[in-house]
Amino acid sequence: MKDLIKKLVESVGPSGFEGQTRDIVRAAVVPNKSEVDAMGNLIVRIGKKGNDGLRIMLAAHIDEIGIMVTHIDENGFVRFTNIGGVYPRNCPGGRVRFTNGVEGVIGIEKLDDPGKAFTLEQLFVDVGALDKEHCPVKIGDVAGFERPFMDMGKRMVAKSMDDRIGAAVLIEVIKQIKTTPHELVFVFSTQEEVGIRGAQTAAYAVDPDMGISVDVTATGDTPKGLKMAVSVGKGPAIKVRDGGMLSDPRLVKVMVDCAEKANLPYQLEVLEGGTTDARAMQVSRAGMSAGCVSIPCRYVHSPSEMVDIDDVQNAVRLFVELLSHPIHLE
Amino acid sequence: MSTIKLNKSSAPKIGAEQIALLEKLSNAVGVSGDEGEIRSIVLETIKPFVDEVHEDAMGNIIAIHKAKTEKSLRVMVDAHMDEVGFMIIAEDEGGLYQFETVGGIDVRSLPAKTVWVGKDHLPGVIGAKPIHLTDKGEMDSTIHLDTLRIDVGKDPGGKVKVGDRATFATKFEQSGSVLFGKALDDRIGVVTLIELLKHAPDHIELQAAFTVQEELGLRGARVAAYGLNPDLAFAIDSTPSFDQPTWDGSENTQYNTRLGAGPAIYLSDAGTLSDPRLIRRLTQTAEKHAIPYQFRQPGGGGTDAGAIHLRRGGIPSVSISIPGRYAHTAVLVSRVEDWQHGLALLYHTLLELTPDVLSGER
Repeated sequence: MKDLIKKLVESVGPSGFEGQTRDIVRAAVVPNKSEVDAMGNLIVRIGKKGNDGLRIMLAAHIDEIGIMVTHIDENGFVRFTNIGGVYPRNCPGGRVRFTNGVEGVIGIEKLDDPGKAFTLEQLFVDVGALDKEHCPVKIGDVAGFERPFMDMGKRMVAKSMDDRIGAAVLIEVIKQIKTTPHELVFVFSTQEEVGIRGAQTAAYAVDPDMGISVDVTATGDTPKGLKMAVSVGKGPAIKVRDGGMLSDPRLVKVMVDCAEKANLPYQLEVLEGGTTDARAMQVSRAGMSAGCVSIPCRYVHSPSEMVDIDDVQNAVRLFVELLSHPIHLE
Repeated sequence: MSTIKLNKSSAPKIGAEQIALLEKLSNAVGVSGDEGEIRSIVLETIKPFVDEVHEDAMGNIIAIHKAKTEKSLRVMVDAHMDEVGFMIIAEDEGGLYQFETVGGIDVRSLPAKTVWVGKDHLPGVIGAKPIHLTDKGEMDSTIHLDTLRIDVGKDPGGKVKVGDRATFATKFEQSGSVLFGKALDDRIGVVTLIELLKHAPDHIELQAAFTVQEELGLRGARVAAYGLNPDLAFAIDSTPSFDQPTWDGSENTQYNTRLGAGPAIYLSDAGTLSDPRLIRRLTQTAEKHAIPYQFRQPGGGGTDAGAIHLRRGGIPSVSISIPGRYAHTAVLVSRVEDWQHGLALLYHTLLELTPDVLSGER
């Protein structure tokens, strides 16, 4: 599974430009057929809705945060804006890779007051261009942050665990699930980082009975970190709430019961900021039961996001267990 | 049915007739939620050129020019009718009114601006304190909206009511190819869309949406797009140019767009990542016909495309704007050249639009 994760996280696919990542997913889900919709979501359908089954949409987003070129200056330096939640403090000294393969380093203007927070407008990318005419990128080109996948054994670090790790989970579920009473619609969604856009239109088109997303969540297990009862390595986190939605408590209970019955570790997640694809699903059309299984992740929206392989594999087991049987909400 | 046949070989021109219509529309008052004056002018103008037209529940005008061929693309083209302005929220005394801004307006730009108030366009002014009576401390401080009043001079005898709209009292002017007006955002798009309807190609269904309440959060376009359910969409709008030299002579890297550099194609704004297939089609068409264009710098802001592209199962969308300096103030400055090129680019793009524009993945 680590080979697949490495491929996924090392592909460049900022929101709206997910093509490379989508191709990796498409190849990984063969022999299952997949389709691509107007927003670029890749959709895989498995199973038929039986008497005791539901149509369930499962979403993991394949986009990542990144940058878009706004201006090439007279000396060939590249000014840029953010795609999604890019923290300026994580940028200087970092590297980026454009979808056309060009690489660059992020520099910063001389700060008048080094004690004051700086903005993205004070940063630029140096692509090694000798002058403006030879700059290999142009306005509108997009790049992701560039870091190789790092395998630490249990722990893995990469630039876009958010949410390629969720995509890896769903790909594994597709591979492992043998039978299901449900019609499962796997949506590898686009444009989550800019406002849950791909999942919104996919949820409308798929029109499911239930929606579950797989995404990363923050943790409270680092020095003087966030106050949050989720830790890396203590099991997949069943979302109770986040900044954008309240999970259906009945679905939370079904997931908890499922994990306990299968003897799988799990945590309950209460995330104060941020949200995920489940938010869009929950309020689509006439509404649906929605929830989320999160992979605990340190340093979210930095170029070095850390997850634990056991959490990932236990999330796969939880989904396979959950989706192999009828689901009754009480 | 269309009753007027026009020569379709070359793009329509922005001439005296189009500028006169823009003048009429820019001088009319249509603050968000109260677009009636604009709606009347648009309805009267487009009637001879459309197959179907109706006003929807939100007040959008939905006008259809049907295709003469089978299995044609259904193309929504959008321009918003509303403008930023003010709403009267309370009467003080003697013709003084408290007001709120409607849409994004920088309060610092308001003192000493003349306005038109209510249905009768009653003259008024957002008063400023005379310099004779102002001390240095006041001059250095920020002005807050709750300290400002609209003053119509004396009690107008019931002619102004709470809830009435007001707008900048800026009469449209033309100086050579330069256009000055209070509401070129987005009446310039409205006239462009009217021209496209007049010269609509026969092989597509052109779904013209003259929308309401864009300045309050793309509200009209949201329901218009749901109702129309098009195959793809273009939003025509006005976008700021901030292309003046910087005060310290350094390179201006945040100009948004440049006046005179042609219509601005959107790549990314706060609400939309434009469909790359449509961006490509616009640039290819521009290059084929030697039409100048520019890319609006990716960044914040947004157009009706932000609401359109998220409707139903997703609608491939792109925006194209006519650049203008001093957006959302008392006067916007645009150039006929940019407008002409914008109209030509949209005209040729629609004329040459084939279903293969959406082949391949975005």
